[in-house]
Amino acid sequence: MRLDNSSPGGSLESSGKPVTSNSPQAGLAKDESVLVTEAKAGSYAAFEELVNRYEKKIYRLGLNLTGNPEDAEDLLQETFLKAFQHLPTFREDSRFYTWIVRIAINEGLMKLRKRRSSKEVQVEDPSNEDGDSIPREFADWRLNPEQEMERVEMETILRNAAKALPVTFRTVFFLRDVEGLSTEETAEMLNLSVGAVKARLFRARLRLREELSKILKRG
Amino acid sequence: MNCKDVLQEISNYLDENLDEDLKHTLKAHLKCCQHCQVIFDTTRKTIELYCDGKLYPLPDQVRDRLHAALRQKCQAQPR
Repeated sequence: MRLDNSSPGGSLESSGKPVTSNSPQAGLAKDESVLVTEAKAGSYAAFEELVNRYEKKIYRLGLNLTGNPEDAEDLLQETFLKAFQHLPTFREDSRFYTWIVRIAINEGLMKLRKRRSSKEVQVEDPSNEDGDSIPREFADWRLNPEQEMERVEMETILRNAAKALPVTFRTVFFLRDVEGLSTEETAEMLNLSVGAVKARLFRARLRLREELSKILKRG
Repeated sequence: MNCKDVLQEISNYLDENLDEDLKHTLKAHLKCCQHCQVIFDTTRKTIELYCDGKLYPLPDQVRDRLHAALRQKCQAQPR
């Protein structure tokens, strides 16, 4: 299939820099399904507009999943390259975003399995799930930790707390609470039952809270 | 409803996925139990912190490399 850099929306500026969705040149945002249809028909410009819409979210998901900027960048590139390659097979029975998140999750889990031997990675559920969700920290937090701390410091704290969780827990947490997928979408994506997603989400929330409490508690 | 029961329902309460009676009972417990109130507030705050859009910005260089790689590979190897 020949790729076309022309419309829609003239996706490349004369500088060669892609026009972002925030650009005044982008005008009114095109409907996602229109962009998908055009990208499937070979428009690289339409595909690039889809990338512009979701690149930040996929990068954040990569960082949250892998805990490592280099892996997050790899995941970002591989996700969109695979999306482009497999776009003709995308049946559009889900949102485009859900589809690329699925690709990103597969890439992320693959990376983590490769690192399975390292101490940090715990892909499978621990056997003592219940015990791990019992709260031990009862002190209230500083009022607005995100305002008191430097952004980089806050990011490091959050990333380290997420790393303390088994991958299955943190994946459910980031898909449901951060990326805003429904319980059903999360269940389908991870091949889990709805009940299992709810149980993991419950434990993930409490355990992240516990980890953060150790650092963010008052006094 | 004791603290253990409250803990089991905290996630559903955050998701507003409780029937009215249970919600009312849980709210009443939170009002008089400081430990459970702290756990509820800090769990909610945990989610808010991870959802903060200002965190983990996509660095310009990472974005530039992504678009360069896509342009090079997608246009060199059309489907």
